Amino acid sequence: MATDTPTETDFGQVSRTKDVAFRLLALGATLIGIVSLAALLANVAVDAVGWLNWGFLTSPPHPDPYEAGFLPALVGSIAIMLLIALITFPVGVGAAVYLEEYADDGLLTRFIQLNIANLAGVPSVVYGLLGLGLFVGLLGFGYGTVLAAAFTVALLILPIVIISAQEAIRAVPDSQRQASYGMGATKWQTIRNVVLPRAMPGIMTGTILALGRAIGETAPLIMIAAPTTVFGIPNSLESKVSAMPLQIYTWASYPETEFQYGVVAAGVVTLLVVLLTINSIAIVIRNRYQQRT
Amino acid sequence: MSQPDFSHDGIRTARGKAFRYLFMLCALLSILTTVAIILTLLVDAVDFFAEVSLGEFLTGTRWSPTNEPVAFGVLPLISGTLVITVGSALVALPIGLLTAIYLSEYASERRRAYLKPALEVLAGVPTVVYGYFALVYVTPALDTFLPLSTFNALSASIMVGIMIIPMVSSISEDAMSAVPDSLRQASYGLGATKFTVSTSVVVPAAVSGIFSSFILALSRAIGETMIVAIAAGQTPRLIDVTDPAGLFLNSIQTMTAAMVQIGTGDIVGQGEAYKSLFAVGLTLFVITFAMNLVSELVASRYREEYR
Repeated sequence: MATDTPTETDFGQVSRTKDVAFRLLALGATLIGIVSLAALLANVAVDAVGWLNWGFLTSPPHPDPYEAGFLPALVGSIAIMLLIALITFPVGVGAAVYLEEYADDGLLTRFIQLNIANLAGVPSVVYGLLGLGLFVGLLGFGYGTVLAAAFTVALLILPIVIISAQEAIRAVPDSQRQASYGMGATKWQTIRNVVLPRAMPGIMTGTILALGRAIGETAPLIMIAAPTTVFGIPNSLESKVSAMPLQIYTWASYPETEFQYGVVAAGVVTLLVVLLTINSIAIVIRNRYQQRT
Repeated sequence: MSQPDFSHDGIRTARGKAFRYLFMLCALLSILTTVAIILTLLVDAVDFFAEVSLGEFLTGTRWSPTNEPVAFGVLPLISGTLVITVGSALVALPIGLLTAIYLSEYASERRRAYLKPALEVLAGVPTVVYGYFALVYVTPALDTFLPLSTFNALSASIMVGIMIIPMVSSISEDAMSAVPDSLRQASYGLGATKFTVSTSVVVPAAVSGIFSSFILALSRAIGETMIVAIAAGQTPRLIDVTDPAGLFLNSIQTMTAAMVQIGTGDIVGQGEAYKSLFAVGLTLFVITFAMNLVSELVASRYREEYR
């Protein structure tokens, strides 16, 4: 056997070619989505040139594309988002603390967990109907108000906030909890002084990413009858409010090419820049935390 | 993981208990949300079904909630949703699976560190932006060599497909990474190439996770709203088996797009069209909820296997 030198058989050659071809195919598939998105983004960026300027960001909408602006939608989106953060952060963290620190591994806990996973998959348009029935209908928050919009979208992203907060809390090493108990701390003191501070960067990252998701939501706002075009910026919780994606949706249905390729492109770029800023903040928090440990 | 509480300080214990119940309330809120969703949908849907029979809704072949003569047959909307689901599945399932194989079996640590977040960006782009892309860039590009309508199911399907790629790839990759290395080593020991190991060992071993990711992605495609509302149009159309290509080339309407159409109209109040919103919403909710549940159950099976 030792005298036999291994020779390249036809079979070996074929399977090696197949191996390389498959590797390239898989790499190509991996890049398809990324490359096509990059191409579309490049297109929209080029189209936005000349339209995305200070006047666009500081004016109200206008039927004339050269006068049209984004200010009420921009401010509306940010106002809704801040209120969503105020609602989802305490509730989301509270639910995550309960599930990770207090709940036993019983049937109820597993049911809650399964329910949260399922809620994360409920279509956003259905949350819109929930908002319409519950917040607009039953609780009388008013059609398309800041309050109704924020509560509706808050319920939508709550499962995501809970799931990411749970992951952050789970990542806190158990030895630190034991050390805290060893010093005579109660469960609540341990959670407040040890677990939450350690998990906070992770919780913040998850919450901010979820807010990024919230800022792009359109369908729920349509369902609670948020006005598609608003000319003033919201000045109270009961004000009617529009949002960036809603304004984009409206403009995209205008037939004029100036709107289709100019104004909407400027709106899309603005929305994506805000989204990118939000996500960068989340990444900065995560990186600073990783360096410290 | 309950800890013994040796504190004999009554106030501290009481406060601890209070927080425990407060946090429990937060967790129970998620169940309340589900109950609220079901109740909201049911109350108006039951009202709707008092006026339009369930049989008429489920078997009717014409959807026209506002134009005379009004008709509330949901089948055209379901078939529109089916067209988008099949179309986006044809895009996302093969690409997502190949991506997962590449990330799990071929990519170096370094390359994966760049590719994974880049892919996740796909799921983070607002769907209204994808809808706009489909309408303004994809449709005109495809129109140069296909007889497309301005609004068509093809562009919308492609965009929904691209959006759900990361859902398929990341869950499938998790499942493939959970396959024990000993299985791969055994296969290499028999002289298998990486291709054979990937397709004949890793994929079959991870099949329940892959299957679960497929169901979840399809459920997301069914519920996707803005892409189809912007790019696929508002033409409720029954599936015509004699002309399947025509379905993709022409305008259709999905359940979600129909809801948006009613939602943006000036129908406020208690008319049948308004209530039909909740009937369609209930149908959509039941379908996606069932799919998410199946996906969750299938996924929890493979989690047990390799621990």
